Amino acid sequence: MSSSMVKITIDGKEHECDSSLTVLQACEEVGIEIPRFCYHDRLSIAGNCRMCLVDVSPGPAKPQASCALPIASGMNITTASPSVRKARKGVMEFLLINHPLDCPICDQGGECDLQDLALSYGFDRGRFIENKRAVSEKYMGPLIKTIMTRCIHCTRCVRFANEVAGIDSIGMVGRGESVEITSLEKTIDSELSGNVIDLCPVGALTSKPYAYRARSWELEKTDSIDVMDAVGSNIRVDSKNGKVMRILPRLHEDVNEEWISDKARFSCDGLACQRLDRPYVRDEKKELVAVDWQEALSRTATSILEAKNRIVGLAGDHSDLESMYALKKMLLALGIDGFDTRQGGACYDPGFRHGYLFNTGIGNVSRADALLIVGCNPREDAPVVNARIRQGWLQGNLRSAYGIGVACDVSYPCNWISDSSSALLEIASGKDRLGVFATLNAAERPMLLLGYDALERKDGKEIWKLCGKLAEKSGMIGEDWNGFNMLHRTASAVGACEIGFNRRENGINPLLVSMAKGEVDVAIVMGADEFDLDSLEKCFTVYIGHHGDRVAQVADVILPSAAYTEKSGMWVNLEGRVQMGFAAVAPPGEARADWRILRALSEHLNVVPSWNSLQELRVALWKEHPDLRELDGVLQADWHSLGDVVSRKEGLHATPIVSRCKNYYMSDPISRASSTMAECTRARRELREKDKAA
Amino acid sequence: MSVSKNTTREDFAFRGGFAERAKKELAKYPASRKQSAVLALLDLAQRQNKLTNCVTDNAMSSIASMLGMSVLRLEEVASFYTMINRKSVGKYHVQCCMTTPCMLCGSDDLLPFIEKHLGIVCGESTSDGLFTLSRVECLGACANAPVVQINDDFHEDVTPERMGEILRKLKPSKKNVAKVSPATRGAKL
Repeated sequence: MSSSMVKITIDGKEHECDSSLTVLQACEEVGIEIPRFCYHDRLSIAGNCRMCLVDVSPGPAKPQASCALPIASGMNITTASPSVRKARKGVMEFLLINHPLDCPICDQGGECDLQDLALSYGFDRGRFIENKRAVSEKYMGPLIKTIMTRCIHCTRCVRFANEVAGIDSIGMVGRGESVEITSLEKTIDSELSGNVIDLCPVGALTSKPYAYRARSWELEKTDSIDVMDAVGSNIRVDSKNGKVMRILPRLHEDVNEEWISDKARFSCDGLACQRLDRPYVRDEKKELVAVDWQEALSRTATSILEAKNRIVGLAGDHSDLESMYALKKMLLALGIDGFDTRQGGACYDPGFRHGYLFNTGIGNVSRADALLIVGCNPREDAPVVNARIRQGWLQGNLRSAYGIGVACDVSYPCNWISDSSSALLEIASGKDRLGVFATLNAAERPMLLLGYDALERKDGKEIWKLCGKLAEKSGMIGEDWNGFNMLHRTASAVGACEIGFNRRENGINPLLVSMAKGEVDVAIVMGADEFDLDSLEKCFTVYIGHHGDRVAQVADVILPSAAYTEKSGMWVNLEGRVQMGFAAVAPPGEARADWRILRALSEHLNVVPSWNSLQELRVALWKEHPDLRELDGVLQADWHSLGDVVSRKEGLHATPIVSRCKNYYMSDPISRASSTMAECTRARRELREKDKAA
Repeated sequence: MSVSKNTTREDFAFRGGFAERAKKELAKYPASRKQSAVLALLDLAQRQNKLTNCVTDNAMSSIASMLGMSVLRLEEVASFYTMINRKSVGKYHVQCCMTTPCMLCGSDDLLPFIEKHLGIVCGESTSDGLFTLSRVECLGACANAPVVQINDDFHEDVTPERMGEILRKLKPSKKNVAKVSPATRGAKL
């Protein structure tokens, strides 16, 4: 891109700005905020609200829409003259003509752009004596509530759906006064749909589950990290009276920009249902009875100390670094080394840091020019990362995308070659029929996404190594570019690898096998609910978790713990970024943070750890893993070979790669307890059935 | 504006001459830009539908799949142009321009006159299915305002008296049926 600096004058002061900027962006850069409704940093420029008017000379003797006007050398821009103010007031008056002014009953009240700007540009009374127009509500699915009379037709939602989400189900029909935003009564079929609620500058699109639940100024706002996928999206947890009311994204340019997935945003109502709020122990009649902590812990300790055979520890998808570290330390002190988080049995060697990271970095994804997806659906596994890939395609960077695995709509053109792992072997050999290898090899910044559908197979490790080989061979590994990426599905995975909680090459599979064989006496399950429960039949199961989900039903002892919004913790996202979240609310009833439970349990087991507080635990963790000390830092991993592919064809299995994620909306204890996610599941099923019929 | 429910039982397809012309329109654009033919196809579909003179829902979904665009994107186009009808329209579509030049030259007297003459209000059709009255924005003939478009014909410098004459000609009393030629319908694009 050719860009140069030009001299412009803004409000009498000279500035030097990049010539590729618009007037609005240039003003923003020098610290002058221009009011706007339709303009948005991350969307294309529409220029239809006219709120951003400024005076520009040389130019026509009327105010110009600054959002759509590129700056030019010698431009003199006036942003606050009486004429500009008058023009904006005029625009505001027109916008308010058909706006219902129902702020007292509007969910956007208190955080509404129109409300805020009306304070500075509004008139103290209306001059409009004609009838206001009214628009019927539209159905956009179980997440988005519409009050279309409030709409000011900025088209941000239409542009977001089109550009970022890659769906064409929001549009603007009609013209002039009869213009309406509609989805033709269809559910918005996107994992990112909730973001239109944040984008809407007025109260036309609001959150359906949050409707009339709280006012924005009553909410206590806590910064946290999303755990619904491995991206580590930055979120803000809004709570009121000790309850999580809603979850909103926080801006992080290198991770989630300002988007979050629907699961991250809307599954929070599951935090109030099916909760384990006191310890339980299974009695002689095989029934769970409520007991106090003392008894539950001593019962657990007794069975652990009496265990003759092995003991295993499984951590779940949401586990934070501290609790995994505490569990690991406790088990090691007891001389136990059987622990892992990979419930689906993803096979890779956690000894290779570059082999389990998203090496490209989320911020660089849109720069890739060729892509090979192996065994994942990035749209569901990491919606925010997928939006970046789409962005790269829209910008013209990504020229070709291929996929191996279950064909799915990823919102940009992708050639799904095959669902067999032998296709990968063919590409890696450098002589495939479709020329995928040649494309990757010729590309400047080729990228590979390796997902759990491929790794959670018997030949997962071979596929992993094969992908490493392919990355090396096709020039994905360069000085300033590393295109080998593991697309993790769970928030705990990378953290577990970093602190050595994941150590084996085959995930928990060997542990499950020995459990099923009866070689394990005690299984300590910390929030893990996604594995085969039959394997627990022969062992004493201790469940440290927050939801009465799958394992809680068969557990012998239940130690209630805190969900991610109820504890301060660190999570490492898929690119290796350490991020910290804070407790927004207290855990319900007698539930306690995981580290406290493990601290107390360790005492019962006579393996008292050195730390007495969360901070001391962190210090101990950082001492052992100094790389994790830097919050929000990403430590790049150097590349070396992942190991030789053992045998060629024999190492791979002929069975097709299948999708293991059956339902995007319900993949963990919290989202399974969420009625909003249940609604989404139903709506998506109906949509698919309708599509099939049509 | 709500999107109309406008379904007919039979599936839509371009037939005969219309199929030929649709093919011709599509051939004008490269395959990757075939959506450029959207207005032409909508117009053809409307002209083919002599019964209700509008684009039916079936026609919409059929054109959408022909052009590889979503029905919503097509709806956006169809609802933008007043020339494309999504609701059934009478044999004569009387479109009275209400934009400033026409208004200044008397269209705000003309519209009430037509409403009174036909006994309907704007947006309605007469019970015999002969006339539908709509108000439209600038028809691009401001030099001879006010303008009324009836089907494919422009009537310029219209006064209420002339309008009455024109409408009477279109709905002849039983005496002079033979003298009136039918309005040009389904003419050139």
